[in-house]
Amino acid sequence: MSFPLLTATAALPALGAIATAAVPAARRTAAKWLALLVSLATLGLAVAVLVRFDPDYVGPKGNFYQLTESHSWIADFGVRYELGVDGIGVALIALTALLIPFVILAGWHDADPLETRSSRWRPTQGFFALILAVEAMVILSFEATDVFLFYIFFEAMLIPMYFLIGGFGDRAHKDGEEVASTQRSYAAVKFLLYNLAGGLIMLAAVIGFYVVAGHFSLQTIAEDGLPDMATSTERWLFLGFFFAFAVKAPLWPLHTWLPNAMGEATAPVAVLITAVVDKVGTFAMLRFCLQLFPEASKWATPVILVLALISIIYGALLAVGQRDIKRLVAYASISHFGFIIMGIFAMTSQGQSGATLYMVNHGISTAALMLVAGFLISRRGSRLIADYGGVQKVAPVLAGTFLIGSLATLSLPGLAPFVSEFLVLVGTFTRYPVIGIIATFGIVLAALYTLVLYQRTMTGPVKPEVSAMPDLRVRELVVVTPLIALLIFLGVFPKPLTDIVNPAVKQTMSDVQKKDPQPEVEAAK
Amino acid sequence: MSAVAVHSLWTMAADPIDKIDAPKIEYGQLSPTLIVIGAAIIGVLIEAFVPRKSRYYAQVFLSIVSLAAAFAAVIALATRGYGTTKAGIVAMGAIAVDGPALFLQGTILLAGLLGVFTFAERRLDPVAHGNQVDSFAAQAASVPGSDSEKAAVKAGFTTTEVFPLLLFAIGGMLLFPAANDLLTLFIALEVFSLPLYLLCAVARRKRIMSQEAAVKYFLLGAFASAFTLFGIALLYGYAGSVSYATIAQVVDGSIENVTPALAETMGNDALLLIGAAMLVMGLLFKVGAVPFHMWTPDVYQGAPTPVTGFMAAATKVAAFGALLRLLYVVLPGLSWDWRPVMWAVAIVTMLGGAIVAITQTDIKRLLAYSSIAHAGFILAGVIATSADGISSVLFYLGAYSFVTIGAFAVVTLVRDAGGEATHLSKWAGLGRRSPLVAAVFAVFLLAFAGIPLTSGFAGKFAVFKAAAEGGAGAIVVVGVISSAIAAFFYIRVIVLMFFSEPKPEGPTVAVPSPLTMTAIAFGVVVTLVLGVAPQYFLDLAGQAGVFVR
Repeated sequence: MSFPLLTATAALPALGAIATAAVPAARRTAAKWLALLVSLATLGLAVAVLVRFDPDYVGPKGNFYQLTESHSWIADFGVRYELGVDGIGVALIALTALLIPFVILAGWHDADPLETRSSRWRPTQGFFALILAVEAMVILSFEATDVFLFYIFFEAMLIPMYFLIGGFGDRAHKDGEEVASTQRSYAAVKFLLYNLAGGLIMLAAVIGFYVVAGHFSLQTIAEDGLPDMATSTERWLFLGFFFAFAVKAPLWPLHTWLPNAMGEATAPVAVLITAVVDKVGTFAMLRFCLQLFPEASKWATPVILVLALISIIYGALLAVGQRDIKRLVAYASISHFGFIIMGIFAMTSQGQSGATLYMVNHGISTAALMLVAGFLISRRGSRLIADYGGVQKVAPVLAGTFLIGSLATLSLPGLAPFVSEFLVLVGTFTRYPVIGIIATFGIVLAALYTLVLYQRTMTGPVKPEVSAMPDLRVRELVVVTPLIALLIFLGVFPKPLTDIVNPAVKQTMSDVQKKDPQPEVEAAK
Repeated sequence: MSAVAVHSLWTMAADPIDKIDAPKIEYGQLSPTLIVIGAAIIGVLIEAFVPRKSRYYAQVFLSIVSLAAAFAAVIALATRGYGTTKAGIVAMGAIAVDGPALFLQGTILLAGLLGVFTFAERRLDPVAHGNQVDSFAAQAASVPGSDSEKAAVKAGFTTTEVFPLLLFAIGGMLLFPAANDLLTLFIALEVFSLPLYLLCAVARRKRIMSQEAAVKYFLLGAFASAFTLFGIALLYGYAGSVSYATIAQVVDGSIENVTPALAETMGNDALLLIGAAMLVMGLLFKVGAVPFHMWTPDVYQGAPTPVTGFMAAATKVAAFGALLRLLYVVLPGLSWDWRPVMWAVAIVTMLGGAIVAITQTDIKRLLAYSSIAHAGFILAGVIATSADGISSVLFYLGAYSFVTIGAFAVVTLVRDAGGEATHLSKWAGLGRRSPLVAAVFAVFLLAFAGIPLTSGFAGKFAVFKAAAEGGAGAIVVVGVISSAIAAFFYIRVIVLMFFSEPKPEGPTVAVPSPLTMTAIAFGVVVTLVLGVAPQYFLDLAGQAGVFVR
């Protein structure tokens, strides 16, 4: 038997989480370094997955999942411990493994105890252990090819996320005394309840799927085809699955937990939410909704596209009106998730490739913007845009990186998100021109909210409170520089990514039996 | 046929004596129950003859040894195939020894063993007049606040009677799911109910509340028993027999006219329907299903917490076992009649328990309403009317009982000057003060909420799967919705423990003796093992899922 690479990629951060949690209270710094090393080693394993992955592989009997592992787990429920990846999964595993070290590094001091409390209270160890636990569960949910296995990690990751949001907030207003923020625990509870409710609805659909299919294995489906389902059954099950993913993604009108959660969480945790955990929702739409319920997906497409369109415009409009930097990024993310979902359900290969690239690029660009915003907020101790002004004169490097992050968010050509947004729009336009045209206004609004944010915080007269603001430190530069480099690299040369993603998208397209609409005019060669 | 033989005891008493067969008792197959009841009787003798100083140790030792021996007997019976191939009806048709009976007896005995551990805990309450004291009143008969109570406390009295009472209750519970005729069912019901009423009344702290709880439990319980008995009488009038097998055969019409003397009433469907309804009502009272749940919160809150934990776990196991046997063995021919009713009961139980729990401010009341919601989830498995339904209920009961005992054991640890601090506001910030205890309690809460990788999820999935396969998709949808509602209040407690600032005069967490620690640790281990690797236990429940008829 070959080395279980996929299991190892998930098991390493899981074990690392346990080890980090077990570090004695006094050895805080050791816990941080341990967590960082574990996350880097996980990145190494993810790279190994990427190297071993062959984009054009087609296995026996049409099973297109690679690096598969399969063991019996709970035979009574028909549940198998079954892992495997396709191009989309590999790309997102790589994204996750890539971002976690930056999240850890950016949150280096976020969980330092303010005073030495009782020796048993170990927030630092907890913080980093929870981040690694989330990483393990997210990676497993990208790898699972068993519906039940996926569901377990989809739900279980809520618990560490919940503690990360509720247990660790901004250090802004504390004045040496750790004040329990009611806002923060509200945000954490809202996050959990929304997602738990979505997940439980999905549980009913998972059970229903089992009753219909008699097993949970996607690999079996890839080999033997889908089980027969009555049209109405398929639609109900689709709705059950889609509801959970739409809460997670989040899609309007199920999005309201995200601004609370991102606003109250520390910047690294906010990145974890929007750049990593939420991607499981959009990924699952591609993997489960489209592959298990192709007919129902086509049936629901018009409604979902309209909801996605509303998300794009509504998220962007609310972002324009925000006074809080982190909430602004949250609403911008809602707008971007609208693009991703639109790309997925446009049912064209450009749209779906674009959506997958979008997931990766949005992860990187939001991480860059949000982490720099977090550095900014930690310096001034305020999340309000109005409290800043003229920062670029005081901290030019910080302002510059913030600008690049902003430009990536508005999909400036030359930066990675442009490629994906363009693909999504083209893909949507070829099938649904009206929706494609309206969605384009999302870009205009994106320019508005990002540039106004930049203008208000960075330019203008220097506010007295920011006049002594230090520029980015070495640790912070180490976080930001690679992300920006990656944004530029993937913006200019997206081929490595598209090569991985495209065959998988083709597979998904053939699963839903959709062909790209033929262009009416042959493009000039 | 032994069923007829038992019947002849009742109707032919006028015949010459030599016609009565000497009853044949299979002592080996009945050994678990006999060991426990025997130990309970010895416990009573210990109360009478052993000096006060050594009673506690003698009782604890006897209880643990007898329960362990009875558990060993259950295991021995199961490994010799009495749960599967050699399953049969013993004691002249009165008791069934089969898979579900043995599985539930094993669960009850383990729960009882952990119950003894929490009963015997003496390190939590502060030392009174140089004596270590447990959760029970110094002298249950003395009036609360009176001089005689003070004198009893000063003299270091302890109510060691709780141990034989517990053993009697366990003995009755072992019999209850195994009962194979209606009279045995009723006797078992009384044998386990009466000691529980008493146990509820003997709390050391908040004695008035404890006595009030006991009176409420007793009155409502007596009422429910009366219903059960009336139902039994009506069913006897319908079928002319109290034996499960005979009633089932009369219901499906394969035999007629069992008793010529009852020719006028036999076969009267009104008697069958009303009788069955009353009988089921009595059992639904014991499991705490809506609308027969009114006693649950008061009793759970007022009873001494170790008693609450034991009762919440074991009563549910025993009563659901009896309900399953009744519905699957006696009344399968009636399933078209009882299924819609049970659908309705399951739905209101799930929703009612979950919704009312939201407003609770006392941790014990909250767990009480949560237990009501769980009764609803288990009913979802009951109405599946399939082999999967039985095994999923068995699994759920096993999983649930250990979470419950563990959770209530944690409740006993959180104390302030007035004893256990059960008001939720006092739990604020517990996670900061005692991270380990709070984390353990959080694990139990997550299991109650049915989060994946805990036993609660595996159990919930099992019953919902069985219900969905049985065509009860609507139940599953209501089930997940009420799970979502229920999650809210479990999460609220976690928020309180971890995200709230501890209050300056907040409760402290007492350091328990290894007894309570064992109970809690066992609960955590079972919760996680059944969550991560439930296959072995699902197999066990699956093999045990066949009733002997």
